[in-house]
Amino acid sequence: MLAFTLRRAIQAMGVMIAVGIIAFSMFRFAGDPVNQMVAIDTSAAERAAIRQSLGLNDPVPVQFVHYFANAAQFKFGVSYQFRQPVADLLKERMPATLELAICATIFAMVFGILMGVYSALRRDTLLAKIFQAVSLIGISLPTFLIGILLIYLFAVTLGWLPSFGRGEVVRLGWWTTGLLTVSGLKALIMPSITLGLFQMTLIMRLVRAEMLEVLRTDYIRFARARGLTTRAIHFGHALKNTLVPVITVAGLQFGSVIAFAIITETVFQWPGMGLLFVQAVQNVDIPIMAAYLLMVSLIFVTINLVVDILYTVVDPRLRSTISRPG
Amino acid sequence: MSVRQSLLATATALTVAIATLPASAQTLRYANQGDLKSLDPYTLKETTTIAHHAHVYEGLVTRDKDLKIVPALAESWEILKPTQWRFHLRKGVKFHNGDPFTAEDVIFSADRVRATGSNFLTNVATDAKFVKVDDYTVDVMLDSPNPILVSQWDGWFIMDKKWCQENNSVAPTPASATTPSYASLHENGTGPFYIESHQPGVKTVFKANPNWWGKPEHNLKEIDFTPIASAATRVAALLSGEVDVIEPVPIQDIERVNASGIAKVLTGPELRTIFLGMDQTRDELLYSNVKGKNPFKDIRVREAFYKAVDVDLIQKRVMRGLSTPSALMVAPPLYALSREFTRPKFDPDGAKKLLTEAGYPTGFEVTMDCPNDRYVNDSAICQAVVGMLARIGVKVDLLAQPKQQYFAKVLKPGGFKTSFYMLGWTPASSDSHNVLHDIMGCRDDEKDPNRGEANLGGYCNRELDVLTDKILVETDAAKRDQLIKQAFEIGNKDYSYVPLHQQALAWGVSNKVKLTQRADNEVLLYWATKQQ
Repeated sequence: MLAFTLRRAIQAMGVMIAVGIIAFSMFRFAGDPVNQMVAIDTSAAERAAIRQSLGLNDPVPVQFVHYFANAAQFKFGVSYQFRQPVADLLKERMPATLELAICATIFAMVFGILMGVYSALRRDTLLAKIFQAVSLIGISLPTFLIGILLIYLFAVTLGWLPSFGRGEVVRLGWWTTGLLTVSGLKALIMPSITLGLFQMTLIMRLVRAEMLEVLRTDYIRFARARGLTTRAIHFGHALKNTLVPVITVAGLQFGSVIAFAIITETVFQWPGMGLLFVQAVQNVDIPIMAAYLLMVSLIFVTINLVVDILYTVVDPRLRSTISRPG
Repeated sequence: MSVRQSLLATATALTVAIATLPASAQTLRYANQGDLKSLDPYTLKETTTIAHHAHVYEGLVTRDKDLKIVPALAESWEILKPTQWRFHLRKGVKFHNGDPFTAEDVIFSADRVRATGSNFLTNVATDAKFVKVDDYTVDVMLDSPNPILVSQWDGWFIMDKKWCQENNSVAPTPASATTPSYASLHENGTGPFYIESHQPGVKTVFKANPNWWGKPEHNLKEIDFTPIASAATRVAALLSGEVDVIEPVPIQDIERVNASGIAKVLTGPELRTIFLGMDQTRDELLYSNVKGKNPFKDIRVREAFYKAVDVDLIQKRVMRGLSTPSALMVAPPLYALSREFTRPKFDPDGAKKLLTEAGYPTGFEVTMDCPNDRYVNDSAICQAVVGMLARIGVKVDLLAQPKQQYFAKVLKPGGFKTSFYMLGWTPASSDSHNVLHDIMGCRDDEKDPNRGEANLGGYCNRELDVLTDKILVETDAAKRDQLIKQAFEIGNKDYSYVPLHQQALAWGVSNKVKLTQRADNEVLLYWATKQQ
């Protein structure tokens, strides 16, 4: 078991280094950061001096090793545009992104499961067909379009919800939260829906399919034969058994919710890490781009690692194959 | 904690949060596509940044609503002799932390702005020596006369010597700073506003300075600034009444904003001139099918390009009326005699004939470099130019890129790698000399290596350079304007560039707000009044 965990951890490190190498080789095509840092009439000599002091003239492998040596000690350098440590910037922006991602996931789970169950149980009703159509929209429309449509409907036309930002936030230690103020909660609604819509349709379709599958199994038939109420059969037995894969998928998707928050955050000017990343790309702010990519890959790798380990805990059959790798 | 207790706690937090909500009266909310990245006023010379700093910092001089230089921290000045200027400083001015403003601060700021790492090196001439006469008088000694000394100072803000020394910020924060300096995260100016909180990329809150020396023209107690990069969101925020002022409004949204009944768009010509340039130095173009020679060295080809471009059509179709076609490389408000220049007529047949005479009866192929996120409708303008040149047989291959890649390729550090390009230019000193020197000056001047710094095509005419040097030191305004006229005439006669237009400013302003728009696109909210 320990050997398995160690092996997986080493693989995870390999993934991180690979991400770092790919990211670093791509930064060279992002443009020249110095252009974004000085006025257009700045002389070539001054520009050259800046390049030199940023270490941009070193060969890429040297830059890479230098960066990783620092990153291993949790030193991510200083942002080119803000001139603040990247670690501080990410820490400051993290609560906004995590709150948004969690709200979006909760929204996706609650509505996805409800809609999925309904459309499985009442397959031929009009509402079920509407749900199917909605899920099609959720899967096919790009996030930014959904966000802008919501803004125009609820912020500009109806004036119910704010079109951008987080509203008033309350500071709890280093964490900032919008959950404790009315304007903060209002500001969360549209970005959460925009970000969670794709996951919601995914979960809805999954629940529907699983539910239809489970309802055909023998134990449901036996349960009916025993004369249990439909309610107990549907929610006590069928739904419970469909939820295992749903939770797995939702857990794995949480990483991509954080990663995809980039677009939602840009549309809603949500002051999270995704917005920071987009601004960094526009300004060729390599320290932020590198740190963000590493962080996202760390999240993905960690979630996968935890899931792998949990599987072995849950399923004894996996454990026996692990101890005797073939 | 029981459920009831936690409910109570939440309710308390809610009440506190509601109670601390700022009252919205006289609080102006402003959104810009760009951000305020550093509070150090010497780090980045860029319009939006300087405009933000101008709320909290002040220079010795400033520009009024019509861009005229007027006194600010210097109450008055006199020219004792062409190389010696005397400045009388305003008395009783205090920095935001209470320190008094004196001659020491001016001398300190003059050193700091010219130190390594400053992006404002060209604003204060290196040969200028600042000498303290008394606490409120400063003399500036020059090696050679400089008629535009104070115009160049616009954007150079005065900092507090004591505060900088106490906070380890004597040196300017360079663009390449590896540690955040105190001055890049805090401010201590003399201006009409002070910064209460600054979260880069998220929100900056300005508060009115009750101790400001001047008489406020605004009725604000607070400015909340949020950068909103997405244009659609920015417009939506204005239309839903969540912000009062936005900059810029995309051209296609202007009619919608004006029709909303909530806000209107202030438009006007900007000082930036958009133009086309051609590589005139290389013996063979980098990106063309003409081998062994450079067609742009032939003045007839340049003239043909000039005459093939229909600026009126670009103005009508691409810019939807929001541009001012230009005959000069400098915007009319910056040069008194600009009215005396007219553009040669659009003449595609003449252009075709010129190309034939030059030996290209069937035209040729060339690649055009163009940014696609820097100027208003930049890539659309380039596409229009491609179509117009196709009519005279020139096949243009358009390479439109984001500004990071574009500038990295075409500017001097990238080796001027372009054959045909579009660029925009606002003279930093608001004076024609800057254009003649940086854009139209020869690149290979040994005595002045900075000449032609942004002359990407390498146009060169020594006669023009001689005039440029005379213009720099000529103190008689009328004579100087005549010299500038001669210089621009040479540039036009050579078809050195194809000036297109001055693009329009477009600010979205709520109907509740009155605001003055200045042609340099600095959004200065200390001239804003907002109704209840």
